[in-house]
Amino acid sequence: MLWYAGKRILQMIPVFFGATFLIYFMVFSLPGDPIAALFGDRPPAPGVIAQIRAEYNLDKPFIVQYFLYIGGLFQGDLGTTYSGRPVSDVMASAFPITARLALLALVFEAFAGILVGLIAGLRKGKWFDASALVVSLLLISVPTFVIGFVLQYVFGIQLGWFRPTVSGDAPWSELVLPAIVLASVSFAYIVRLTRASVADNLNADFVRTATAKGLSRRRVVTVHVLRNSLVPVVTYLGVDLGSLMVGAIVTEGIFNINGVGGTVYRAVTLGEGPTVVSFIAVMVIVFVVANLLVDLLYAALDPRIRYAK
Amino acid sequence: MKRSRVGLGAVALLSVGALALTGCSSSGGSENSSDANTDAIITTNGSEPQMSLLPANTTETGGGKIMTSIFAGLVSYDAEGAIENEVAKSIESEDATNWTVTLEDGWTFTNGEEVTSNSFVDAWNYAVLYDNAQGGSYFFDNIVGFSDLQNTKDDPSGAIDETTGKPVQVGDPLAETMSGLKVVDDTTFTVELANAEADWPLRLGYTAFMPLPSAAFEDMEAFGENPIGNGPYMLDGEGAWVHEEKIDLVTNPDYDGVRKPANGGLEIIFYATQDAAYADVLGGNLDVLDAIPDSAFETYESDFGDRAVNQPAAIFQGFNMPYYLEHWSGEEGKLRRAAISMAINREEITDVIFQGTRTPATDFTSPVIDGWTDKLEGADVLEFNPDEAKKLWAEADAIAPYGDTVFDIAYNSDGGHQGWVDAVTNSISNTLGITAQGKPYPTFAAAIDDRDNDKLTGGTRAGWQADYPSLYNFLAPLYQTGAGSNYEDYSSEEFDNLLKEGGQADNVEDATAKYQEAQEVLLKDLPAIPLWYSNVTGVSADTVDNVVFGWDSVPLYHEITKG
Repeated sequence: MLWYAGKRILQMIPVFFGATFLIYFMVFSLPGDPIAALFGDRPPAPGVIAQIRAEYNLDKPFIVQYFLYIGGLFQGDLGTTYSGRPVSDVMASAFPITARLALLALVFEAFAGILVGLIAGLRKGKWFDASALVVSLLLISVPTFVIGFVLQYVFGIQLGWFRPTVSGDAPWSELVLPAIVLASVSFAYIVRLTRASVADNLNADFVRTATAKGLSRRRVVTVHVLRNSLVPVVTYLGVDLGSLMVGAIVTEGIFNINGVGGTVYRAVTLGEGPTVVSFIAVMVIVFVVANLLVDLLYAALDPRIRYAK
Repeated sequence: MKRSRVGLGAVALLSVGALALTGCSSSGGSENSSDANTDAIITTNGSEPQMSLLPANTTETGGGKIMTSIFAGLVSYDAEGAIENEVAKSIESEDATNWTVTLEDGWTFTNGEEVTSNSFVDAWNYAVLYDNAQGGSYFFDNIVGFSDLQNTKDDPSGAIDETTGKPVQVGDPLAETMSGLKVVDDTTFTVELANAEADWPLRLGYTAFMPLPSAAFEDMEAFGENPIGNGPYMLDGEGAWVHEEKIDLVTNPDYDGVRKPANGGLEIIFYATQDAAYADVLGGNLDVLDAIPDSAFETYESDFGDRAVNQPAAIFQGFNMPYYLEHWSGEEGKLRRAAISMAINREEITDVIFQGTRTPATDFTSPVIDGWTDKLEGADVLEFNPDEAKKLWAEADAIAPYGDTVFDIAYNSDGGHQGWVDAVTNSISNTLGITAQGKPYPTFAAAIDDRDNDKLTGGTRAGWQADYPSLYNFLAPLYQTGAGSNYEDYSSEEFDNLLKEGGQADNVEDATAKYQEAQEVLLKDLPAIPLWYSNVTGVSADTVDNVVFGWDSVPLYHEITKG
């Protein structure tokens, strides 16, 4: 088990370099001169652009830029934004908020999704199941920004239960509404995954055996059905943590949350290589670690899965 | 040119227009409370400043509204854009070339330092010196000695800039200070201009011309984070600027100028999208919003009644046809430009696409600028006239047939331009029977690149927001031969001469007459095809009163009362 985890962690190194290299190259290949664009329709006096380009190493060939960035990285210097702010400062303010938002969304979608999915699966074909299917279909088909705007308007503006936007410190209570919006689509998928999986497992041999042994229905459902049904759900949740963090851009925009999505979007449009790469590098690590955790959880959930040497 | 940086909304949320939240019933009635609280903090929208807060390096709106609040220059602008003396006692000249500036006594920075002639002269020299790479240095280009501080040469190592293919420039300034700026004493300095400019004082309220305390020169970087000004407001202590989030300003107790605040301070909250800001005003979390998102164009006036503002702003929008394209130069190009211009139904587009938040253009400037008129000779070329358009197009075809060349207009798709570009090209293609379409570029950077390098295949979106309220600021930078923003290389001796004569005029009235004559030349040549003036749209919650928008689309914050 440890050996397995160690191997997986070592694998992160080439993934990290490959990803940063590719992303740096993509940002580098964006058309246009990012510095010239900073000044809008009116170019500054001659030389100003060249000087700023030199300051950010943009006048050097791609490979030199990349290694300068990586070199700085090992000295703890992630570069600066075009406004002169250290990228590490930007990360320190953006990541905690997005991480909390994603976590809240993940908790919401996991608990609510699994609960609804389980009940629907157990009562397959009944009214609860039918309505759960319809609601999840709606959530999947309606774009997030529509859900976001509607919830913001109804609960934030009309009823006044929540602040329409999140204030600077982003206290947990203000993140509840955005987290629900962010989680809505995944919630629907988890309901459907759990439901299908539970319905399948209800007819599995080991469940029939458990029931025949005379175990209580509660024990059959929680230990035998649910635990085995969670394998695909956990896989989904693991991948989803990553997309919740990067994919929060629309939700962050609606609720004015100063998080990762908005920052990366802004940095991409500005062509700010160091910011984009630093953020994405952390995202890559989040993805890889989440996937590792998921793989390790498999073993805990399903006794048939073992990681040997 | 000030450029707004709120872009996300356009991409991610524009499509939500159909969902525009209708039926909101928040009442627009205002209770005129006379017991306004002078300690109340006004909350308003803003965006993260693009650069650190240095006067000459702040050339966009996010930083601009902060800078004008915390600094007082020689003059400031009233709502109509007229100048009022702030630190200046007088700004005088006999020949519009040699100016004498006298300062009012008793002005101090918030660190207690006195505002003297050197506060201005040193700040201006700093702004221009090449090594400081200040984006706003060009505002000083008419001062004698400007080029000595900006002098550049090719990089001695022979490095070539990959993007432009030209040698990398490095600074080789011949001087550290502009010879045209002379300090006479603590309250007097003189300015010598290279070319006469009768309305030169008009530009002095712009952020680039603000004074700096000597503390700034010790560590500019630190100063840009926590600027010390002399304006109606000051930063609420160290770290008042919370990046990407907000900036807190409180009233400056020592300020005694014409913009004495009627409130206790400002909390400028940075929004990534205007939709979020609009939701906050509706929800009662924001007092003043100076930009309405596209998705609320249809509803904001019914939502806010007389608390909604929709008035022309100092923003001109149009599109340019480059002279290097086949069919678009000489007599043929002239005919085609006029034909295109008359083929566009500006009234209908501003009504349908912009819900009346744009005003069809009748010249190249803006109605908020002193001297603007809709009675210019030749302005009928800006009216929708399909028959005349077809006739002129046919005349041009007689010179050289246009054939089935596709007519396109380039725009950056991250700026919410697609709607009107499509409407304009549709109008053109319906009238003239040619294939016309928009040509999207993914980002502003990509679009400006092709413009800069003369690689366009058709027209290009062009816009201009005035830096200071003067006709000259709308004309010289865009159409003068060789000017910085004259990307399409328009050149007319007649126009250049009229501009020069306007600058040398004895008074502003004569100057205005010359500038209008110059515009009549433009109406014949159409180096830009004017479309409309952008309006400033804004709303305020019923918590505040006396919200008046200035000529520059920013509310006059100091006049707002609350409580």
